[in-house]
Amino acid sequence: MVRFERPQSLEEALGLLQNQQWQVLAGGTDIYPAIGSKLHEYDVLDISRLSEIKGITLNKKGCRIGALTTWREIWQAQLPPAFYALQQAAREVGSIQIQNSATIAGNLCNASPAADGVPPLMVLDAQIELTSLNGTRHLPISEFILGNRQTALNEGEIVSAIIIPNQSLLGKSHFSKLGARRYLVISIAMVAVRLIMNDNRIRGLAVSVGSCSVVARRLKALELALVGKSLSELDELAWGDDFFVDISPIDDVRATKKYRKDAIKPLIIRAIRAAAQEESKL
Amino acid sequence: MNNKISFKVNGNEVESTLPQHARLSKVLRDELNLEGTKVGCDAGDCGACSVLIDGELVCACLTAVSQVEGKHVETVEGLAANDTLHGLQESFLKLGAAQCGICTPGMLMSAVALLKHNEKPSREDVEYALGGVLCRCTGYTKIIDAVLDASGSGEIQSVTSSNGVENCEVGRALPRIDGEAKVRGDEKFGADNWPENTLLLRVIRSPFHHAKFTLGDVDNFLSSNPEIYKVFSVKDVVGDNFHGVIPGFEDQPVFADKITRYKGEAIAAIVGEREAVENLNNEIFPVSWEELPAHILPLDGLRKDAVQLHENMPNNILTKGYVECGDVENNISNSDYLVEVNSKTPFIEHGYIEPEAGYAIRKNDRIEIHGCTQTAFMNRFSIAKFMGINEENVRINPSACGGGFGSKIDLSYQPLIALAAWQMDRPVAVCYTRNESIQSTTKRHPSEIKLRLSADKNGKINALDFEGIFNTGSYASWGPTVASRVPVHASGPYCIKNYRANSLAVFTHTAPSGAFRGFGVPQSAVAQECAFDLMAEKIGMDPLEFRKLNALENGVPTVTGQIFDSGVGIKDCLDALTQPWQEAAERAKAWNDNSKNQGIRYGYGLGTCWYGCGNTGMSNPSTIRIGIKKDGRVVLHQGAIDIGQGANTVITQIAADAIGITIDAFDLIGADSDVTPDAGKTSASRQTFISGNAARISGEALRTEILRHANVSKDAKISFDENAILLQDGENQQRLDLKSLKTNDFGYVFMSEESYDPPTKPLDEKGQGEPYAVYGYGAQLMELLVDEALGTVKLLRLTTAHDVGKAINPLLVEGQIEGGSAQGIGLALMEEFLPGRTENLHDYLIPTMGDMPEFKHHLVEVADPHGPYGAKGLGEHVLIPTAPAILNAIYKACGAQVYDLPATPDKVLAAIKRSKKLTKKI
Repeated sequence: MVRFERPQSLEEALGLLQNQQWQVLAGGTDIYPAIGSKLHEYDVLDISRLSEIKGITLNKKGCRIGALTTWREIWQAQLPPAFYALQQAAREVGSIQIQNSATIAGNLCNASPAADGVPPLMVLDAQIELTSLNGTRHLPISEFILGNRQTALNEGEIVSAIIIPNQSLLGKSHFSKLGARRYLVISIAMVAVRLIMNDNRIRGLAVSVGSCSVVARRLKALELALVGKSLSELDELAWGDDFFVDISPIDDVRATKKYRKDAIKPLIIRAIRAAAQEESKL
Repeated sequence: MNNKISFKVNGNEVESTLPQHARLSKVLRDELNLEGTKVGCDAGDCGACSVLIDGELVCACLTAVSQVEGKHVETVEGLAANDTLHGLQESFLKLGAAQCGICTPGMLMSAVALLKHNEKPSREDVEYALGGVLCRCTGYTKIIDAVLDASGSGEIQSVTSSNGVENCEVGRALPRIDGEAKVRGDEKFGADNWPENTLLLRVIRSPFHHAKFTLGDVDNFLSSNPEIYKVFSVKDVVGDNFHGVIPGFEDQPVFADKITRYKGEAIAAIVGEREAVENLNNEIFPVSWEELPAHILPLDGLRKDAVQLHENMPNNILTKGYVECGDVENNISNSDYLVEVNSKTPFIEHGYIEPEAGYAIRKNDRIEIHGCTQTAFMNRFSIAKFMGINEENVRINPSACGGGFGSKIDLSYQPLIALAAWQMDRPVAVCYTRNESIQSTTKRHPSEIKLRLSADKNGKINALDFEGIFNTGSYASWGPTVASRVPVHASGPYCIKNYRANSLAVFTHTAPSGAFRGFGVPQSAVAQECAFDLMAEKIGMDPLEFRKLNALENGVPTVTGQIFDSGVGIKDCLDALTQPWQEAAERAKAWNDNSKNQGIRYGYGLGTCWYGCGNTGMSNPSTIRIGIKKDGRVVLHQGAIDIGQGANTVITQIAADAIGITIDAFDLIGADSDVTPDAGKTSASRQTFISGNAARISGEALRTEILRHANVSKDAKISFDENAILLQDGENQQRLDLKSLKTNDFGYVFMSEESYDPPTKPLDEKGQGEPYAVYGYGAQLMELLVDEALGTVKLLRLTTAHDVGKAINPLLVEGQIEGGSAQGIGLALMEEFLPGRTENLHDYLIPTMGDMPEFKHHLVEVADPHGPYGAKGLGEHVLIPTAPAILNAIYKACGAQVYDLPATPDKVLAAIKRSKKLTKKI
């Protein structure tokens, strides 16, 4: 007989996780399309009631986004300009229906190369908080998502929060998603940037590109090269291949590899300009 | 794990005893019998199942019932307060926002959620809020309008009726008469209203494009799954296992026999208790497979060493089509100008939101099928043949059809449930998953076209040479129709004296290509219309002037030698676009001259169409019966199946005017093959024209019978009272008491039953003849922006001019234009079915609410002498010009020639780069 459990507390959930394999159910937006017709074959752990790991708190140490926070809650929250990219991405996840159900941790655990949430979290230097009965550990997001549908989650562990460190709350950010239609679209490529400007020059920059490698990547060489430049210099700058060594676009049903390579540069330049001009939220 | 889950639905306390992981959509539909919530994909891709939980919109198919415990679920059934519709429902009905109605509940609930948060939404707000629900019928604009209207924006104009309709029904922009059930969510589709003790059927399908298979130990499988009762396969077929839609081409097996020829082909069907079948993992079904070499492209099928799909069809060629007039060879080479276009289009999936579904039930020696279809009588014929029983012993009683667009003409689920119900002594139902629906049902034919066009320096076309190879998939389906229609239409509505068009339909190991809105003509129009623009450019002529100069006219022969004395409306359509064309040019210039818009180019382009209404050069009659009951109600046996396009309304409007009464006098009986005569299939843009004519003739006959009986003049006015007909003949009034009259065998005191078959002449060996009694014409102008750095296209405005002869219902005409154009947009920019890869609605993209341009319509009415009140068909015409208009506009914007569809951003960007290289060289 398969089990279906709905723990009321994190502790109870961790206890259950300690003892056996579970199919964890949160928002349901990835599980149902993937294995919805076979769910009766799995022991299901419905964690949707764990209010301790829900919601956003912002304080001097940084920002803590509870694992079960939905995309709708993220885009509706009052957050500093560094979060605009994350909020813009939240508005682009699937549809309102999906944004109302799907959780931020679900997006990370599903580990799709096209996960909308990952590039904006990368430019915020997000840390993933993993909790088990043995305690809590933190991993940078780039060390949490290991590959297509692969994460560093251990048995008995649950993602409990996403932590944005204090120093990442600076600057403004922007997200853009490129797809073949307006809504309900899986991206061909996406870009998140966070930008700190001073005297019309780039003082700090984080750039992350998604859907162009099995896991979204920060473009560190590019970030370094652009620091100190003004926005008007972006076009003239020699964009060498070394800027893009971290990504490896492929041909798939959505676009060619060549196209992805071509599209990244204008997407990044436009995202940087948009971030600089970002006045109000959304 | 079957704890009870308590929650509220529409204010009422309810309980679910289904497993806690059960989808909320299943609980609502199967357990609580609230079938207004529809299921289109079970994956969050279509939004048809959208409901509110504590006021917030979610997909019920992605929500575990465990998660609604103690919460309040709102569904479409809760919107209306008894007799009073919700404001949104009223606006949807009034403005034509519901066509087939399958997406309507999801749209409505999304709109309810929006208006809760935002009482005065903008158009963009509506698009965003409803963007998670797909619609394949409407083109979305009328849905957006309806939401704005319901929010009291006050800016939304209803479509206006034609002039001079005070005393008639034809020409009135009536809301669809079957619309209320659709906006209430009460409409019953194929997956609704299954009888209590229904068994469920699941199809076992080929996982390979081409394979050999052997069934294993079925007895053991059945004994280890006690609630699975039977497995059906080819050995259970008593009648003819092969079916088809064209006599002589019945080559498709209901159950594959040892060999499968496409991925998704049925090899067996299992039947059992619903939960047992739903929970069955197909992987335990006993079958062994051996994959065989396959080809999925027609050029590979034509290779000498290619695997042959059918023994009796050498070289994998299903059929060829040919039309020729004049002397192409000499006039192609000896002209001032020559252009060549090579175009390619992929498989296109119909993408109706309702997957194939229905149930069958045996009643003594008869079998009844209730489910979605586009044709009752063709189904009846095929089922009888398959079952080895008489046609009279088969009843097809169609449910509402949640979109069809051609694919629901062919058999799919029907023979499977018929066979099972015949043997099982209980009703048997099936509902395809989205994956099955996309994998296994017919598609639009992929095309590879080479077109050469020559003209003289004055702009007159000399010759057109067309060669088209069409991928017809694994079985014939409508391949012969595509092969014959394309050469007739590939000239477009133009006078071309030297013309040659060859078409070839090639078998491949893919799902059968069949009928899809336009039967191949949208594909050929891409090459023809794009060649026209290239030619106009070469000559130095305006593309609109070039088309006007060469447009077909009354008295001028078509490429099949047919001459129409009246009714040729293409010039009128082009004239209607003259001013919009100039305005588009001015807007484009203003945009492109503005340095702020650098990198984003404004383009505008034309596409045109003609399309013959009805079958090609062969008989295709419709019959309409109208009766009057003793109580004074007029019963219209409306056999022209309404798949969302509006036949229920249009045929009634025509019948009303023919009798001289108002439409509220009518009760409709649908296309139930037991009680309604055959009005043919809903395809080929034939219902308004052919069934409309049958309704007109039948209505006139009924009127004559009544007037004769009452002995009044032909100008007498007819109206109804309880149990009576009132006749007003000048000053004289007469009350005809119906109770005293005898009823006939059908229960009617007056009855007429009349048929109409359009006059055509079959094509000869050179494709000369009179294939259609009527053509409809159209022209569209698309304005758009192209982002030169990303290759993305943003559609701005589509101005349409369609010659419908007579707009029987202008509201429904606009609905057809917008919905068809939306499919043309999909064809142009995003749609591509790749067998084995894009088998769901997130990899197979159809346009969403955010992908539509603004529409401007010019309804052109050049009366046709054959059409009812002058009306011509429209359903397919509307999508033909859209794709070429987009491609021509892209070319105009940035010089990118994309003739290999879809014009996705990567292809557009590559074409921009090619064009820039070319320009640099020059």
